[in-house]
Amino acid sequence: MMSRAWAGPVRDRVTAVWALLVAATLLSFWLGTDHGLSSAEARTVIILVVAFVKVRFVGLYFMELRTAPVALRALFEGWCLVVCLGLIGFYLLA
Amino acid sequence: MATISQRTTTTDAGAARERHLPGEEGTWVFILGDMTVFAVFFATYLYYRGQQRELFESSQRELVQAFGVINTLLLLTSSLCVALGMRAVRRRLAGAPTLAAPRLFGGALACGLGFSVMKFVEYGGKLAAGITPATNNFFMYYFILTGLHFFHLILGMAVLLYLIRSARRPTLDARQFAFVEGGACFWHMVDLIWIVLFPLLYLVK
Repeated sequence: MMSRAWAGPVRDRVTAVWALLVAATLLSFWLGTDHGLSSAEARTVIILVVAFVKVRFVGLYFMELRTAPVALRALFEGWCLVVCLGLIGFYLLA
Repeated sequence: MATISQRTTTTDAGAARERHLPGEEGTWVFILGDMTVFAVFFATYLYYRGQQRELFESSQRELVQAFGVINTLLLLTSSLCVALGMRAVRRRLAGAPTLAAPRLFGGALACGLGFSVMKFVEYGGKLAAGITPATNNFFMYYFILTGLHFFHLILGMAVLLYLIRSARRPTLDARQFAFVEGGACFWHMVDLIWIVLFPLLYLVK
């Protein structure tokens, strides 16, 4: 990766990831202010899933876990999955 | 650079050769431990929300969602600056005459300061309206969770100052480089925690 010529910040993959994260934030804001679906529970579940997809992108691309040792990447992705499902569970069942 | 690539191959012996641990192992014990503590707080918050759903929903309406969104965008942008900054550090260590890294880390610090200003405005507005952690369970969690995150943000800004200073050095040994990488990951964690905290407090209905 380092041997290839760097194409500059605009063409860097992390900038595309950032744009995606911004779009996801605005989508959550839109859903969270009572738009989109009529069911508040469905909106909340989508908002939580979107949040953890964002977290995963931050981990993989910003923290560079995509190329980290498999054990670390697995721990991180495991955290995302367990906490996401756990929080949705607490939200729906508590 | 020789020291860094050597380190990469020795720490990841057995794994794919390009795999690289960003930062020291200890940094990751700390980051994952911290993330787990926050996860327990998040679950506790949702549990109590379930017990007092109406109170939590009416209290949540007192929050200004736009503050939360702007702060999310500030932290995402700061994270982008840090990620681009790390690339600039590597290019510099590889011999490119670039000083972009300290500027990018400085940009991240500016976003962090912007977040702090927003937080003070937000806390100030709540306190002026007579809302404190003692008001009810929702606001107790609101102040504890955002306060704990804010404490991490302050630590993170100190880390960014260290990154700015390190990025100005002409060379970094493997250990110094690992500290810089670990520091960058700590800042990303501050962003990551907020990404979950913002919807939990401001958007969950």
